[in-house]
Amino acid sequence: MNYKPIIGLEVHVELKTKSKMFCGCSADYFGKTPNTHTCPVCLGLPGALPVPNKTAINWCIMIGLALNCKIANFSKFDRKNYFYPDLPKGYQISQYDQPFCLKGFIELSDGKKIGITRVHMEEDTGKLIHQDVNSLIDFNRSGVPLVEIVTEPDFENAKEVVEYLKKLQQIVRYLNVSDANMEKGNMRLEPNISLQKENAKELPIYKVEVKNINSFRFVEKAIDFEIKRQTKILNNNDNPIQETRGWNENKQESVPQRVKEEANDYRYFPEPDIPPLNFSQSNILSLKSQIQDSPNQTFERFKKDYNLNEYSAKILTKEKVIADYFDESVMVGKKHDVNPNKIANYLINKNIDINLTLPAQLIKDILSLPKSAEIEESELRKMVNNVLKENEKAIKDYKSGKEMAIMFLLGQVMKTSKLKLNASKIKELLKEMLQ
Amino acid sequence: MNLNQLTIKEAKEGLRSKKFSSIELTKACLEQIKKHNENLNAFITITEKGALESAKKADELISDKQDLPFLGIPIALKDLFSTKGIKTSAASNVLRDYVPEYDATVVRKLKDAGAIIIGKTNLDAWAHGSSGENSDFGPTKNPWNKEYVPGGSSSGSAVSVASDMCIVSTGTDTGGSIRLPASFNNVVGLKPTYGRVSRYGIIAMASSLDSIGHFTKTVEDSALFLNITAGQDKFDASTLLNPIDNFTKDLNKGIKGLKIGIPKEFVTSDLDKEVKVKFEESVKLLVDLGAIISEISLPHTEYGIAAYYIIQPSEVSSNLARYDGIRYGNDRSFFGDEAKRRIMLGTFTLSSGYYDAYYKKAMAVRTLIKKDFENAFQKVNALISPVCPTLPWKLEEKINDPLKMYLSDVLTVTANIAGIPSLSIPAGFSTNNMPIGIQIMGKQLSESLLFQIGNAFEKQTNFYKQKPKL
Repeated sequence: MNYKPIIGLEVHVELKTKSKMFCGCSADYFGKTPNTHTCPVCLGLPGALPVPNKTAINWCIMIGLALNCKIANFSKFDRKNYFYPDLPKGYQISQYDQPFCLKGFIELSDGKKIGITRVHMEEDTGKLIHQDVNSLIDFNRSGVPLVEIVTEPDFENAKEVVEYLKKLQQIVRYLNVSDANMEKGNMRLEPNISLQKENAKELPIYKVEVKNINSFRFVEKAIDFEIKRQTKILNNNDNPIQETRGWNENKQESVPQRVKEEANDYRYFPEPDIPPLNFSQSNILSLKSQIQDSPNQTFERFKKDYNLNEYSAKILTKEKVIADYFDESVMVGKKHDVNPNKIANYLINKNIDINLTLPAQLIKDILSLPKSAEIEESELRKMVNNVLKENEKAIKDYKSGKEMAIMFLLGQVMKTSKLKLNASKIKELLKEMLQ
Repeated sequence: MNLNQLTIKEAKEGLRSKKFSSIELTKACLEQIKKHNENLNAFITITEKGALESAKKADELISDKQDLPFLGIPIALKDLFSTKGIKTSAASNVLRDYVPEYDATVVRKLKDAGAIIIGKTNLDAWAHGSSGENSDFGPTKNPWNKEYVPGGSSSGSAVSVASDMCIVSTGTDTGGSIRLPASFNNVVGLKPTYGRVSRYGIIAMASSLDSIGHFTKTVEDSALFLNITAGQDKFDASTLLNPIDNFTKDLNKGIKGLKIGIPKEFVTSDLDKEVKVKFEESVKLLVDLGAIISEISLPHTEYGIAAYYIIQPSEVSSNLARYDGIRYGNDRSFFGDEAKRRIMLGTFTLSSGYYDAYYKKAMAVRTLIKKDFENAFQKVNALISPVCPTLPWKLEEKINDPLKMYLSDVLTVTANIAGIPSLSIPAGFSTNNMPIGIQIMGKQLSESLLFQIGNAFEKQTNFYKQKPKL
């Protein structure tokens, strides 16, 4: 029997606002002395009341907008009631049935759209630290703004999940609303995985959620592991149980954490301490206008305006700081007749540390390069193209698996110019153009 | 007349003209507490040392010709108001030894205004109750007759003012917890508009219903006190952005031509006969003063108590979840029966599968009750009614019948549900000499009008001048 994996994802992104979600305490808690970033509100002391952080709400909506969501005109906060020692009020302020953002998507490189069910705002909990027989609580993290992004069960394999996560991470970093640093816990992932019998119409009757995943590599491993584990169970004519499992990196396997017999009853109800919120069209438009280019838009712009190839454009838009640096360098380069492709190649090939080299210095460095490298990529491309046109047999050989054919083609290109050409660059171009 | 019997206004004048000092005034109150608290059990904590120190400072400031609105005036705080460094117990064993790290906004405002905190008053634990008997620190007694309940939940606050142990006291009103004890003690009790006074730092009962008010000897004092406590607070998102009124400005305008409605659903055959008689006498007096009285219908009143006893326990169950035994010393086994009852009720009504049938429906009723009042205030300026359908009852009379106890709030809860202000004022005495009150309700933010009506009534009746024999 063949099975189709059905995978959905919940991602928590911690915002990097100055203050916490409902009080004035600093939200920059990482590595700070325990319980120094606290006040009556985030300690949940009797009588303390939450006052929502407007910046955090705006940023949550900006994330929604960047993820192509519809933004609610009317929204509210709700209380999610449950007991846990790291939750000082006995409830978490979250959003239940009217989240800020609904129904968006992220498009993967193959054009597949991953549906986003909702994007909502909530508060982080404190942190338990277990020492021998004692458990200590650090409330520095209590009340830090968290945005939860929930997808439809649209993923079919771990690769799609990882691509989605990388895009999501890139988007929130572009918005400059979160560091989305996995190791620091700024971004937390919870995939849920189940298998559907091929040709079956209904979704599986169970769902396995995997927690404790703190890197993209582990999410891939965890999903692959789960698919294998569940396939085995199904092949034995059993049904995997609905449960929460944790990824154990040492054992390289997921281990049971708790069995969910039925959904937890969180007794959600509207948070009476915070009046409902209204967002006018002009509010939303003004937030929209604050969103500069998304990674995708920048990627397209680099290709179109600067004539970069896919590869270079992708690398240079990976992070907003790099894209900004590149934009600036292109501006400086323009004055000295250095074209964007040359800057891109130099940046990528020489692995320039943008924190150490100012754009002006970068252009200076490029201008002082020996002439041999002067042939620009577009020129090289033309040369490669010409050689390819004249060597159809070699192309056939290469495509049928004879990798050595590429060396022949490389030699042909090198011969066409009297200058000393960059062989590795030509090889790269050949590979790209032969695909 | 003893100093502790003064009103805020009289005490202010006396202090400013140096007829007496704040130390003398404070000592007079402390002496009264020492004399009678053992019998009345109005205070959980008496802050004698701090009060005398503050009074000394106040006297220095007065000598320096400093003028703060409440400089040197002794006040008592319901033991739900967080006071930095002073035990705040909510009258529950769970918080028996809890000392807050911070002051409630209202406490800070009162301190800034120069008030002297003389102690923390007894209440039904967590403000759960209508009689003052649910306290883990023992019941408060009615100063008019110690065999009777003083009304709750702000029992100690009402009694402390009625028995002149302080000049003024604070309270909270979630379903009648200020107005009912005010009416049982012959004092003035204000439940302001929801959001008029900050809730920050006051231990929550039911967050969407809690109103922060006070007990005074006169209507004018009530207005003076609201001048200090009202206003938007950056620590309470539900406070209303509204220019701060001078609540005394309309006090003496009289009520000629004002339209006052009597909600017919409030004045039924269920009313105690004596309560009804006093209410009718009050109406007649208002007519004599020039008010135009008419009958008004608030058709959804009968669902008020039912909706209230779903919304309120729902919020209570969530608000009390933080007392989980990990912090504050005592664990959940220290909750009393009434708190446990409400936690269970609220947990049930919020549970999935029941939420729609209970909480959601109650919220729909809430909208209808609000609408009722909106419609009424299109026709009249204010509404009047009795505060409690019965006279004060004897201690232990209703303690084993929670439903009967809940019904004593039947005339007060709808103001909380609608978020409107209501002022409870003395309206006379029963044949067994127990106080009876009436309440004046107005639309949102109409406190000035309520003071105007209340003051006109008080000027004619002067019931407040009658004091219990302690």
